[in-house]
Amino acid sequence: MSARDDIFANIRRSLGVSGKETTRHAAVAQRLADTPRGPIPARGQGSPAGRLATFIGEAPRVSATVVVLDTAQAVPEEIARFLRDAHLPLTLKHGEDARLSSLDWQAAGLDVTRGHSDGADLNAVTHAFGGVAETGSLVLLSGADNPVTLTFLPDNHFVVLAATDLTSDLESVLVKLRRAGALPRTVNIVTGPSRSADIEQTLLLGAHGPRRLHIMVTLN
Amino acid sequence: MTAAPARPRVGLFATCLVDLFRPSVGFAAAKLLEEAGCEVLVPPQTCCGQPAFNSGDRVTARDLALQVMDAFSGCDYIVAPSGSCTGQMVKHFPELFDEPQLAMRARAFAAKTFELVSFLTDVLKVTSVEASYEGRVTYHDSCSGLRELGIQSQPRALLASVQGLELVEMKESDVCCGFGGTFAAKYGEISDAIVTKKTAHVSESGAPLLLAGDLGCLMNMAGKITRQGKEIDVRHVAEVLAGMCDEPPIGARKETRR
Amino acid sequence: MTLHPTTPDFKDNAHRALHDPELQKALGHVQHGFIYKRQSAVERLPEFETLRESARDLKNHVLKNLDLYLETYERNVTASGGHVHFARTSAEACETIVNICKSHGAKSVTKGKSMVSEEIGLNSAIEAAGMQAVETDLGEYIIQLRGETPSHIIAPAVHLTKEQVEGDFRRVHTHLDGARDLSEPVQLLTEARGVLREKFLAADVGITGANFLIAETGTSIIVTNEGNGDLTQSLPKVHIVIASIEKVVPTLEDASLLLRVLARSATGQDMSVYTTLSTGPRRETDPDGPEHYHVVLVDNGRSAMLGTEFEDMLRCIRCGACMNHCPVYHAIGGHAYGWVYPGPMGAVLTPSLIGVEKGGHLPNASTFCGRCESVCPVKIPLPKLMRHWRENEFERHLTPSVQRFGLKIWGFFAKNPRLYSLASRAAMSTLAWLGRDKGRFAALPLAKGWTDYRDLPAPQGDTFQAQWRKRQQEKRR
Repeated sequence: MSARDDIFANIRRSLGVSGKETTRHAAVAQRLADTPRGPIPARGQGSPAGRLATFIGEAPRVSATVVVLDTAQAVPEEIARFLRDAHLPLTLKHGEDARLSSLDWQAAGLDVTRGHSDGADLNAVTHAFGGVAETGSLVLLSGADNPVTLTFLPDNHFVVLAATDLTSDLESVLVKLRRAGALPRTVNIVTGPSRSADIEQTLLLGAHGPRRLHIMVTLN
Repeated sequence: MTAAPARPRVGLFATCLVDLFRPSVGFAAAKLLEEAGCEVLVPPQTCCGQPAFNSGDRVTARDLALQVMDAFSGCDYIVAPSGSCTGQMVKHFPELFDEPQLAMRARAFAAKTFELVSFLTDVLKVTSVEASYEGRVTYHDSCSGLRELGIQSQPRALLASVQGLELVEMKESDVCCGFGGTFAAKYGEISDAIVTKKTAHVSESGAPLLLAGDLGCLMNMAGKITRQGKEIDVRHVAEVLAGMCDEPPIGARKETRR
Repeated sequence: MTLHPTTPDFKDNAHRALHDPELQKALGHVQHGFIYKRQSAVERLPEFETLRESARDLKNHVLKNLDLYLETYERNVTASGGHVHFARTSAEACETIVNICKSHGAKSVTKGKSMVSEEIGLNSAIEAAGMQAVETDLGEYIIQLRGETPSHIIAPAVHLTKEQVEGDFRRVHTHLDGARDLSEPVQLLTEARGVLREKFLAADVGITGANFLIAETGTSIIVTNEGNGDLTQSLPKVHIVIASIEKVVPTLEDASLLLRVLARSATGQDMSVYTTLSTGPRRETDPDGPEHYHVVLVDNGRSAMLGTEFEDMLRCIRCGACMNHCPVYHAIGGHAYGWVYPGPMGAVLTPSLIGVEKGGHLPNASTFCGRCESVCPVKIPLPKLMRHWRENEFERHLTPSVQRFGLKIWGFFAKNPRLYSLASRAAMSTLAWLGRDKGRFAALPLAKGWTDYRDLPAPQGDTFQAQWRKRQQEKRR
């Protein structure tokens, strides 16, 4: 008997079932088809304006910084401003995402390269698939458009989030993902910059991932 | 649910610790119940079976549960000055019986069984006591009473009505004192570490009198306090509520007066 | 890494822990940090209680249908290009993982935090096979340097002071400048970040655990604050997930429900910084990510818990709230428990996995204060389960004979009210007389466990029942 067979046999014996019961199969199939939601907190619910206000309130609680920009065109200048204020070099990396490659980086004085990261990049910008107002979280998908390494290797991570992609709760983003087809290799739900409290419970930012997370919400 | 009878027949379950070590708590409980309009009975009793139950001896726990239910069968209510014994009777008696008839009997018994202070406030709607006590006290929330029975506001409400009494809350009043029945003897060193933290909080509160609703916890904390030489009295909350503080505090000499 | 429990030596372990000043200092942080943070997070979310109940119900549903959800999960992992392996025991799990590593010619393996990997002794197996296993969670990294095991299921180094960590870094990171200042946590972190970054980039295989597995999509979820799990699973060519079989949940929505109670219960955060859903290996057009994705599902005694009075324990989502609130854990820390899982959840789970003969001390070393149950996000009745272990021991005569005998004597009298009355009146009157001067006993035969540390208050005199009867008789005259 293979390990797999053994384990399933043990599970079924313990539960007192054969594994062929139609009621059980139906119940399981039903749940997988219906995808019922659990209780959804009221916190993130509300109008788009309300959601945005909640998101802006939650982000600083997790040590992320957030600004609202009228259009995506303002993104390069905002990133340049942030880097100058923090006395950081004006270098930046992004993936193949057309929403980012179409922006005028040079005009903002930024030295931009494209692709994934191998650890040598100080700053990177990615475009989020969605955001969650309830927790101030961003949802990022792996792929050539926004490589995963850009989210984790650089010191400073900039994220563009379209206000229309900001949902109340995680469930709403997951539904969108499900509709978009099969999941990508990685869905990263990011809530603030990297941190650790492993040494005497002292909270420190920039454990292995980015030290800074700067979110730019674009209205148009 | 039927309204409380005009003069309820209350079976007082003193608890073995009160019966053996501190009868004055039983008399204080009886006084409070009588003053609230109850007829108090004390059927022959020994133990609720919690030590056996918590040691894994379900058979003895069952036998004792049946014995208690038989002895108190003629009562409108069963009241005990202890959250842990009441917890045993209310939460755990029904768990001891697989047979539907007995389980039903245990549930009916549980439905009319209460811890003393919460019985006064929640069932008899007592809002104040006549006693007076000049001084500061602090109150420890015993675990079973707090987490099994939800007793927290009731003792404080009645203490607030005691003339002259000032209640100061200690830090972590709702954290275990380290008694845990057999735990205190079996794992004495760990129990000691826990009760040492507790007595430190009692000291820090500045109150010279410590109260609680469970004699097991009280004997544990009093025993540590006297071993440490701290000048803090320890009593059961019923003693203060009944205005019966003539007996020496727990573990103290007969002449002790503070 | 420990495979051999020292749980039978629990009392000695606890004794050492109680007399370890550095440990006691470190444990002070546990008590106040975690409790306060969880309380704040819960207060900020009015729906928390409702979520706990839904979380419990969801987990119960899954356990009753575990076979079917595991089949669905396996199907979907395979459909997305991954491989699922089943392991009945620790040894089988280690062998499977070592074989995958060797088949890829791996030399260095990075690891995200995984309690089940501790349980199976994975690092030892990897090292024995000639490969290097590097823990990347900062707390796990620190204890790896010390040759220690985790003392807490989510904060592995919680038993250490910063001075101890500094000592370890200086001892091991000898290629760095000896004169550098490492007196503050931020400096220690910066150093660890630099050292581990190299390891991340050099690793051939990355092994992570899984907080949840989603049947609907064949997805594994990890939850970290550092981002180490993500670097572990994204940079190397091979990503191996190790998870125990009860981690599966039906849908994405179910995962979201559990995520809502997980971080809040663990650290008081609404969400951990990085919640990552991984499905299969990299896609053809991905510029980064692993080429191979393996999931090793471990049983190691869990299927035997189903259908028993201990099934509730399989709801555990490994948040650590129970130990954060436990007065026994606060006193002795995690190592004293002697195996992988400390605190209340360890007290229930350990006997299930290593046997109550070895693990029996743990469910006995509890006051049943109930704080653990009151904070468990999936409402596991921990004290009740510990009591079941005590019943198990009692039935099998594993309870220490002194205790059994004492209970028997007590039971004998308790079941015999008249004898009880006679004996107790005699005993209490005697004790009251013996203790009349001081009102207490500093020492008493048979009560050493008590009187070693505290006085035993003396009885007042005759018993309550006897005095009551007397008063009633007097009233009638």
